[in-house]
Amino acid sequence: MSALNSNIPEGDLTNKWTKFKSSVPLVNPSNKRSIEVIVVGSGLAGASAAATLAEMGYKVKCFCFQDSPRRAHSIAAQGGINAAKNYQNDGDSTYRLFYDTIKGGDYRAREANVHRLAEVSANIIDQCVAQGVPLAREYGGLLDNRSFGGTQVQRTFYAAGQTGQQLLLGAYSALERQIGMGKVEMFTRHEMLEVVKIDGKARGIIARNLLTGELERHFGHAVVLGTGGYGNVFYLSTNAMGSNVTAAWKANKQGAYFANPCYTQIHPTCIPVSGDHQSKLTLMSESLRNDGRIWVPKMKDDNRKPTDIPEDERDYYLERRYPAFGNLVPRDVASRAAKERCDAGYGVGASKLAVYLDFKANTERYGRIEASKAGIANPDKETCMRLGTAVVKEKYGNLFDMYAQITGENPYETPMRIYPAVHYTMGGLWVDYNLMTTVPGLYCTGEANFSDHGANRLGASALMQGLADGYFVLPYTIGAYLSNEISVKAIPTDHPAFAEAEARAKGILDTLINIKGTKSVDHFHKRLGLIMWDKCGMARSEEGLKWAVAEIQKLKKEFWSDVRVPGTADEYNTELEKAGRVADFIELGELMCLDALNRNESCGGHFREEYQTEEGEALRDDENYAYVAAWENKGDGTFELHKEELKFENIKIAQRSYK
Amino acid sequence: MGSIANAFSSSIGKKLIMGLTGLFLISFLVVHCFLNCFVFIPDGGLMFNTGAHFMATNWLIRAMEVVLMAGLLLHIVQGARLTFQNQAARPVKYAYHDGQSNSKWYSRSMGLLGTLLLIFLVVHLSQFWTVSRFTGIPSNDANGHEDLYAVMKETFSNVGWVILYVLSMISLAYHLLHGFASTFQTMGWNHKKYTPIIKAIGVGFSILIPLLFAAMPVWIYLGL
Amino acid sequence: MRLGVPDLWSQISNLMSQISIEMSIGNMNLTLKVWRQKNTKDTGKMVDYKVANISPDMSFLEMFDVLNEDLITKGDDPIVFDHDCREGICGMCSMFINGRPHGPKDAVTTCQLHMRSFKDGDTIVVEPWRAKAFPVIKDLTVDRSAFDRVIAAGGFISVNTGNAQDANALPIPKAQADSAFEAAACIGCGACVATCKNASAMLFVSAKISQLALLPQGQPERYKRVQNMVAQMDAEGFGNCTNTGACEAECPKGISLENIARMNRDYYSAKFVSEEEG
Repeated sequence: MSALNSNIPEGDLTNKWTKFKSSVPLVNPSNKRSIEVIVVGSGLAGASAAATLAEMGYKVKCFCFQDSPRRAHSIAAQGGINAAKNYQNDGDSTYRLFYDTIKGGDYRAREANVHRLAEVSANIIDQCVAQGVPLAREYGGLLDNRSFGGTQVQRTFYAAGQTGQQLLLGAYSALERQIGMGKVEMFTRHEMLEVVKIDGKARGIIARNLLTGELERHFGHAVVLGTGGYGNVFYLSTNAMGSNVTAAWKANKQGAYFANPCYTQIHPTCIPVSGDHQSKLTLMSESLRNDGRIWVPKMKDDNRKPTDIPEDERDYYLERRYPAFGNLVPRDVASRAAKERCDAGYGVGASKLAVYLDFKANTERYGRIEASKAGIANPDKETCMRLGTAVVKEKYGNLFDMYAQITGENPYETPMRIYPAVHYTMGGLWVDYNLMTTVPGLYCTGEANFSDHGANRLGASALMQGLADGYFVLPYTIGAYLSNEISVKAIPTDHPAFAEAEARAKGILDTLINIKGTKSVDHFHKRLGLIMWDKCGMARSEEGLKWAVAEIQKLKKEFWSDVRVPGTADEYNTELEKAGRVADFIELGELMCLDALNRNESCGGHFREEYQTEEGEALRDDENYAYVAAWENKGDGTFELHKEELKFENIKIAQRSYK
Repeated sequence: MGSIANAFSSSIGKKLIMGLTGLFLISFLVVHCFLNCFVFIPDGGLMFNTGAHFMATNWLIRAMEVVLMAGLLLHIVQGARLTFQNQAARPVKYAYHDGQSNSKWYSRSMGLLGTLLLIFLVVHLSQFWTVSRFTGIPSNDANGHEDLYAVMKETFSNVGWVILYVLSMISLAYHLLHGFASTFQTMGWNHKKYTPIIKAIGVGFSILIPLLFAAMPVWIYLGL
Repeated sequence: MRLGVPDLWSQISNLMSQISIEMSIGNMNLTLKVWRQKNTKDTGKMVDYKVANISPDMSFLEMFDVLNEDLITKGDDPIVFDHDCREGICGMCSMFINGRPHGPKDAVTTCQLHMRSFKDGDTIVVEPWRAKAFPVIKDLTVDRSAFDRVIAAGGFISVNTGNAQDANALPIPKAQADSAFEAAACIGCGACVATCKNASAMLFVSAKISQLALLPQGQPERYKRVQNMVAQMDAEGFGNCTNTGACEAECPKGISLENIARMNRDYYSAKFVSEEEG
């Protein structure tokens, strides 16, 4: 086990980033023009990085598998984006955002990275507003904020329930501007299948043109992966159907370590599974917990309609267990609490795997406020509900509509049924302070890297991190590497390293096509998902994980001998795309279980049943596990663990409490 | 200037021409309808003929007639061009397109309605306009004016023409029902407060004017 | 309070089978008439398929998943269709269902359309978006990159990263910000083009122009933007707007026709009043 160098700058925490920025080597404008950077992924992290790098003068190639960069799954983020602006004058500060994020991550994130994130958070809001992102405003014309889980200040900026969409469209417009100017060459419907390494450095990629099946070679002085998370390893998740781990996984095979793969975020408020036809799960924004109260009946197997259950027969279990944060505890805590109630037999709905999210009390409260604004004295309940519903509609209308469309129930009249679902992955490629992986010249941004959220991400922090990386961090830090590359001429793509990488990619595609087995790709994906959700989901145990590893190995064998991929490799073949992704998910799934097995503690989204307090809270082991687990792929199906010790010099490490 | 010229060749510019010429034709309809309403005066067409005489002899009106013809022509040519271009924008048609569920049939059929109106215009102009302007009206009335009213009586004694005119006015009504409000939208006059008013006026106009026009041949045929 | 170690595996299996019985094995049998086209050059044709045991809780795309699974098992080529987020926001899904983009329900995308909107025994016609500017790639998938090129022509505010002033330095009246947001809610799916009898892209283009024209940040480039974006829109081969209002009626995000009027106004100002050439 070798030590990993995180390249954290020396000096006081609060000055590290400022000092770094003013001392990082620069690339002069004329040299930038001849330096090529490849950006894979066009979500918040990818699009913002591609646009900013092009603005700075680099030649950029950007790749996405969708038909347009605007479709990246960042677009589906609903609730908001955090920033330490303290516009609400409620005592927020850079330090407090830093502290909340470290604590929220259950003390498993790097202090220096998180502080930098908190520092640049305010710039993100400025940048987005300047781009014309229509964030929500108050009547005075200033920006509005809402509360999110794990914090006691209001620092979340939002655009109705479509914040991710608006921020992504902002980054997309910046990217399209550079495309229009010819400074970014955009490759849509292209999927990266290999990293090309020359003399140990990342020098390009092999990408498949999904429409023609052609494998293309692309050179870059550096390669940036902003390819998102791997939640789809669970088959059912809130990720998009196409979200995948392939780019990161291929990088892992080429020497980029994969860090903390077992840290997955299970989001507490999703629409429950309705049947085995289900292809994906839909999130109900965490912002709903601002006004929704979560409860289950006090009686087991209570089959009454929720509206018929009287107040004193309801168990508002989050408010009961965590009086200080109530319904706004962090996601991992809320998810486990829901699972605990359902496992204990108090679940609701046909599946009994759901809890209620109830807006009645707050609708009535809003109604009372509106009535008093309108000068209605002693309003009756009906008036309050009518006026309050209008307020709720304005705040969450699109979410309520979505719920109604999916479930066929009217959430304005009956409480929503919700259950936890896989949402985000904190793990990802290991990167140093500069966001560079263990492969020189290969960078990783956004959800695809592991860096800022530790073992649990706080709500509204993913958008913040994606944009921080892409707009404000990577464009600076990449200069440290590229300033040494100015004398490197573009390497022709007939270099043997490109040919080898292409052959590797082609080999896999041909193998998949030629198996001609009997079962569809989805069949294997669903089975993998069930194993993962069952044994490596909200609760994990040594026994279960060992069983899962064995099962996944069996599944892998079966996949490579019995999968059926129709068509050929030189055409638009969506099944072949899926097959390649699922093959990588299977391998990743095994590593996730190994990582979870290695981590003999509970922290954040990683909950080992063997390690919990008397109250059922996560029990960390700071003495032995305050490290980042970075896994090297040995290429023969085995992995070697490398540790990066986490040092907490500015925050006193403590048991996380939201009571 | 280049900017202005290419403005009119853009999709929005072409629509502006349709809207402006349409609005101009609407204003003509008002004048035409007002004067023709003299047929309802039971004086054997004297008032009506006086009006017609004025229209035929006033130099300003004659000059405007040229502009009107130009406007009409522009409206027709541009309409035809747009229709062809729009059809070319979807070379492969849908097997099944349920237009009814999202728009009015007459909004989607402006080209067809326009063609019907063009056919009607050819008939109508050859019956009255060419007669009064070129071939000459056979008789004069008591005031010594050309007796256009007599030509009308003669024409609308034939029930076939009456039916054609009534049907054509129904086409006109639907053409206006879309065209009136649409012109304002094209010109960019969409306003939360005023658009409903414009739309209401448009509906009223689209019913009233064609109704009056259609009433004329019926009135004369029934000898009222 | 300590979490037990329930055997989740069996719990889930039980649940799945229970759900299957209760909900999933639906009883809807449907006939689908689906457009199949091998590639852009192929002429393509409608092909009939039968699907059975469809649950009303399935989404329309999940029903297609069932059909595709069936086709793959039989050794046929699955039907290719665009889809990604399946929660109505990415704008990728694009089916023309029973003569309407995104199917019979108002204000939803195809992925959010559920089978409870259909009846047992229904025949459903499914076609790709059809427009010269949206050539069919394969089956139900079309190329909508024309939209990206329209945005690249001017659908942005030219502000490089790092040049922004404090976000609250520029107060924006709430009503104005809200209107900008409503226009910005466009997901770029192309339903407006698909349903318009002229295959016009005015609603899409005007939504972006409106969003930026309504905000103070968008003013410096306002007139240049509208000229460039309209020119690009025309160059892509979209048809002309004839104000039928079908786009607004079919837009899954309820983008208003007001945006088109606003764009027209801005276009006239740009062409006839402003001295700036596009």
